[in-house]
Amino acid sequence: MNISVKVNGTDYARDVEPRMLLAYFLRESLGLTGTHVGCDSSHCGCCVVVLDGNRAVKSCTMFAVQADGHEITTVEGLEQGGKLHPLQQAFWDQHGLQCGYCTPGMLMTCYALLKHNPKPSESEIREGISGNLCRCTGYQNIVKAVQQAATADATPAGVAS
Amino acid sequence: MTTGQLPERHAIGAAMKRKEDPRFIRGKGRYLDDIVLPNMLFLALVHSPYPHAKITKIDKTAALALPGVKAVITGEDLVAAKLGWLPTFHGFDNQMVLAIGKALFQYQEVAGVVATSREIAADGAELVDVQYEPLDPVVDPYQSKLDKIILRDDREQKTNHIYHWQVGEREKTDAALAASDVTIKERILSPRCHPAPLEPCGCVSDMNGATGRLTVYMTSQAPHVHRTAFSLVTGIPEDKIHVISPDVGGGFGNKVPVYPGYVVATVASVILGVPVKWVENRTENLTTTGFARDYHMDVEIGATKAGKVTALKVSTTADHGAFDAAADPRKYPAGMFGIVTGSYDFPTAFAEVDAYFTNKAPGGIAYRCSFRVTEAAYAIERAMDILADKLGLDPVQLRMQNFVKKEQFPYHSPLGFTYDSGDYAATTKKALDIIGYDALLKEQAEKRKRGEFMGIGVSTFTEIVGAGPGKHFDILGIKMFDSAEIRIHPTGSGIVRAGTRHQGQGHETTWAQIVAEELGLDPQELLVEEGDTDTAPYGLGTYASRSTPVAGGALALAARKIREKARKIAAHLLEASEDDVEWKDYKFNLKGVPGKTVTMKEVAFAAYTNPAPDTEPGLEATYYYDPPNLTFPNGTYIAVVDVDKDTGSVKVRRFLAVDDCGVVINPMIVEGQIHGGLTEGFAIAFMQEIKYDSGGNNLNTDFTEYLIPTALETPHWETAGTVTPSPHHPIGAKGVGESPNVGSPQAFVNAVIDALSPLGVTHIDMPLTKEKVWNAIQGAQSKK
Repeated sequence: MNISVKVNGTDYARDVEPRMLLAYFLRESLGLTGTHVGCDSSHCGCCVVVLDGNRAVKSCTMFAVQADGHEITTVEGLEQGGKLHPLQQAFWDQHGLQCGYCTPGMLMTCYALLKHNPKPSESEIREGISGNLCRCTGYQNIVKAVQQAATADATPAGVAS
Repeated sequence: MTTGQLPERHAIGAAMKRKEDPRFIRGKGRYLDDIVLPNMLFLALVHSPYPHAKITKIDKTAALALPGVKAVITGEDLVAAKLGWLPTFHGFDNQMVLAIGKALFQYQEVAGVVATSREIAADGAELVDVQYEPLDPVVDPYQSKLDKIILRDDREQKTNHIYHWQVGEREKTDAALAASDVTIKERILSPRCHPAPLEPCGCVSDMNGATGRLTVYMTSQAPHVHRTAFSLVTGIPEDKIHVISPDVGGGFGNKVPVYPGYVVATVASVILGVPVKWVENRTENLTTTGFARDYHMDVEIGATKAGKVTALKVSTTADHGAFDAAADPRKYPAGMFGIVTGSYDFPTAFAEVDAYFTNKAPGGIAYRCSFRVTEAAYAIERAMDILADKLGLDPVQLRMQNFVKKEQFPYHSPLGFTYDSGDYAATTKKALDIIGYDALLKEQAEKRKRGEFMGIGVSTFTEIVGAGPGKHFDILGIKMFDSAEIRIHPTGSGIVRAGTRHQGQGHETTWAQIVAEELGLDPQELLVEEGDTDTAPYGLGTYASRSTPVAGGALALAARKIREKARKIAAHLLEASEDDVEWKDYKFNLKGVPGKTVTMKEVAFAAYTNPAPDTEPGLEATYYYDPPNLTFPNGTYIAVVDVDKDTGSVKVRRFLAVDDCGVVINPMIVEGQIHGGLTEGFAIAFMQEIKYDSGGNNLNTDFTEYLIPTALETPHWETAGTVTPSPHHPIGAKGVGESPNVGSPQAFVNAVIDALSPLGVTHIDMPLTKEKVWNAIQGAQSKK
């Protein structure tokens, strides 16, 4: 089936198998391997991408054909003009990642969360990220990172540590 | 130690931000499944639906007829290629790669289908027609013990018993127990669970027909060991094998063993001459690879009326599943279980383990712990609480009066270990002060009057990590040293390689900090590389908290070798004799002439442009470090819980971890490791269990049933530390990644039992689900 999607601002037209999952379309057809697959059952959230600018979706539970005509933002689309997104900066600053496998999905969930709720409380953050599993951090530093990003000015700090 | 003098350079002791993060936060990590090679095929495995069954027929016809399917491989095919069986790491058993004649556990790998896409491979796997004749399964190790059904007819000895291991003095311990004023005895289960890293296991095997060289990209915590294992199993010379472990999405012990998928993908690549990728799905991960624990421990402690311990005896029945695939050193089939005397000065002790086959998945890996240390720490810390309850003593008081004292180190434990250092009383005192223990006791007393269930649980554990001294520990006969190689470039930056392979622990940062501290260089200009067997020096890998204790030592000593050579060059530059040059404040100083100095950067340039006469040009060193002893991190953890008596739900109100892991290289990373380990300990205490029903069916085959804590359930963690350096480690560090997982489960359980103690509840086996806690409350109340 032919589909047209806009991913990270670029238009793509592709012929895909109807059963191809959005996660594999992004990873294998477009080469955007930042989106990960961790559980195949929609529990872990490693595959979360943002649909139409504000909706976090699990791309392992969506067919590529369902994305036809939609805009998708993946982790690769967060950095703009060589500047890290405040969430990326905050995850780095607050040690919000260890093995890095859950990080792209976690970042995209937090991105959508802040779109809906720019100043979330700790419990709102914890609830907001409860569809994303992390085995390394115990979530505490991820919560701190989201709090930092929520208070960051429009221009994030530089990338030098 | 000159800790903290170079904060701008982020040397040892600085909370330096991680050097590996820029690629991960951009989605530019390179994990196994991100690797795509030209003409690559995909492998899917066929699994047995039965836990125990004769295989009467495997028909490949329909699968081979599917367009895109290139090969179907069975156990018989592998036997013909002499690859039917795989030796397990500690050498007591062989594991079938694919089932041969009989399936021995549910989900066992029976056949492999290789095809042009992962979807066609999965379709092909569905079309392999396997005929089974179900047999009665043996699920319970206590049933297995009776030998009524012999599971492994391939073995010479017709018994399900795998081995007996013991340490300590049985008769002396029995006599001491018999003579004790007070004794306790409890069967304590450390239940079967699974590490479940978010990235599952996988590989891309690529046999190059032209060069005869096999490259295996794999999710490996120990790439060199895997290269040697591949060579031993296949007969391919080791120089013709290249193992690359790319970014690893969590390991926790799951990625130490060699699994059938790696072998079948490699065989397929050899047969077909193209690369073959195998990546397991979550169900395959939970049902076939690397389970942990499953120790049923009968624990006895003797004590005087005043609460001085007199003896400890632990007899364990271990369920190893269908094959003995435990990843333990050869001389230690039960790993470091001898640490079971913990932080306490037992005059005598005895421990034994008997391991049995059952129709369950093989494993027995060290899930975020040194070999079998989590089981041991859980047994002793749970049992000390049961003893305190029987004596009517506060559990902290009982611990305090039995601790190994600071002045007893190095301490020779009755089960044969020499503890390096610690100050258990000071660490515990710090924890009690921070948490406000006395106030909590008061609050609890008031709540009990009102019939509310509040519990305080303590764990004062000692871990044993850093395997290890080569004279005791080996994998496949290879001594458990580790290695480092440092090359300093002419302009003063450098590359650092080690035999370890991080999976989130932050080696790219901390290894640079160690070398920077030793050489006075900028850690930002020291590139750390691991995981490629063609370039890294030979090492035993990352697990059992051994990276810092072993490779960390190798790094410091390799750097010191460089410093010694650099001194010669510095003397040449200073036109002085070597004896007049000293290393101080991160540079070479001419003694007695203030301001006359040479930096390591200047030395590095001279090493390539103007080395001293008779000095070999260049500035690099390699060191293989065989540690003289293990290290013994320890800590005091305190959990405060409220139990809802109507629902059985447990709320962890506070949790404090005070860790002593010796010298801290990067406090931010150490704290992160502790947060993560506590979260896994919490999961093991309350949620995670791989359970089988009486028919041998695995009941926890995906994340719907195998519960991983989310941010909602996970408590807020409070952390603190004390520093008792390891006396034998080159920088005094002990390792920390696993302490929180080893130390915490019993703190949670002790807290819940403490909450329920007014009802007379003395023990509940993990995981403490609402149902189990509610049943314990109901059972206790109905007895009253």
